[in-house]
Amino acid sequence: MRNKLIVVAEQSSLRADPIEFEIGDTLDVHQRILEGDKERIQIFNGVVIARSGTGVAENFTVRRIVAGEGVERTFPIHSPKLAKVVVKRHGKVRRAKLFFLRGRTGKATRLTERSDKVTKSE
Amino acid sequence: MPKGLLGRKVGMTQVYNAEGACVPVTVIEVGPCVVLQVRTPERDGYSAVQLGFDDKPRRLASRSERGHVAAIGSQREKTRQAAGVELLTKPECEPKRFIREFRTEGDSTEYAVGQSLGASLFAECKAVDVVGTVKGRGFTGAIKRHGFSGLCASHGVKKAHRSLGSTGQRQDPGRVFKNQKMPGHYGTNQVTIRNLDVVKVDEANNLLLVYGAVPGHNGAYVIVRETNKK
Repeated sequence: MRNKLIVVAEQSSLRADPIEFEIGDTLDVHQRILEGDKERIQIFNGVVIARSGTGVAENFTVRRIVAGEGVERTFPIHSPKLAKVVVKRHGKVRRAKLFFLRGRTGKATRLTERSDKVTKSE
Repeated sequence: MPKGLLGRKVGMTQVYNAEGACVPVTVIEVGPCVVLQVRTPERDGYSAVQLGFDDKPRRLASRSERGHVAAIGSQREKTRQAAGVELLTKPECEPKRFIREFRTEGDSTEYAVGQSLGASLFAECKAVDVVGTVKGRGFTGAIKRHGFSGLCASHGVKKAHRSLGSTGQRQDPGRVFKNQKMPGHYGTNQVTIRNLDVVKVDEANNLLLVYGAVPGHNGAYVIVRETNKK
């Protein structure tokens, strides 16, 4: 169990609008990037393969294939630099960590779409 | 103004600052600290305030500890009162586990016995010093205790990979110099970490968030005071 006072101390750093997604979802992660004094949004698209940590230190890992090379990025959920997360597709998975995708290439990396959840179309 | 409090190290975590950067912090529970005594130059020869932190159950506290915080009608009190000696005012609180004094400059009239101090004392404070007791490591080798490199993993080294190596010269001087770094007891010494930035002061919960690490295990008592470092 986590210390109650630590939870209290972290409270102000938690994000007000909780972002919702599940493991296996395909996401658009919108991240604020500061260039000089101008701020812009960078989007990273990929499949959520893991979620780890508790409290303010909670992270999620997104994997995508860039130019034939697997790229994974880990984002802190509560970071103010994480603008928003858009769920593009719900993947049907049976485990919490999709590390088996690392050994797969091409068509084998596809996940079946969940039939119980309708993907929002934008 | 002493600008010091007693507290307990709660543990480490991280918070996001105004720039959105992740900052490692130690959470310190400071207070409520009760003023147990006010030292004055007239009576004690110096001015200070004595603070107490963390209640101690009365069944565990000695009679003198209980008498320190509240009037218990002792024989000595009665005889002194009969002799016309003015008795000290008592804070009338529970006995305390952790009691320390903070020197004050000039007069300490702004403090009253029984007054409760909390994190709001550090509201204007930019940086603090934290005094704590290092985690005990027991009897430790020279590698962990003094940062020695040890011997080779191979090249014929036998059963002495974490040895400290040579401790001196030959027949001249024929002895090991004093203060030679050797294995021994490591830890449980008092350490002051100076000039730790105050990241946040939570007055409602008496929490102080300071940048970086603080000596001691979680739950250890620490002394926090405003730094005088420029």
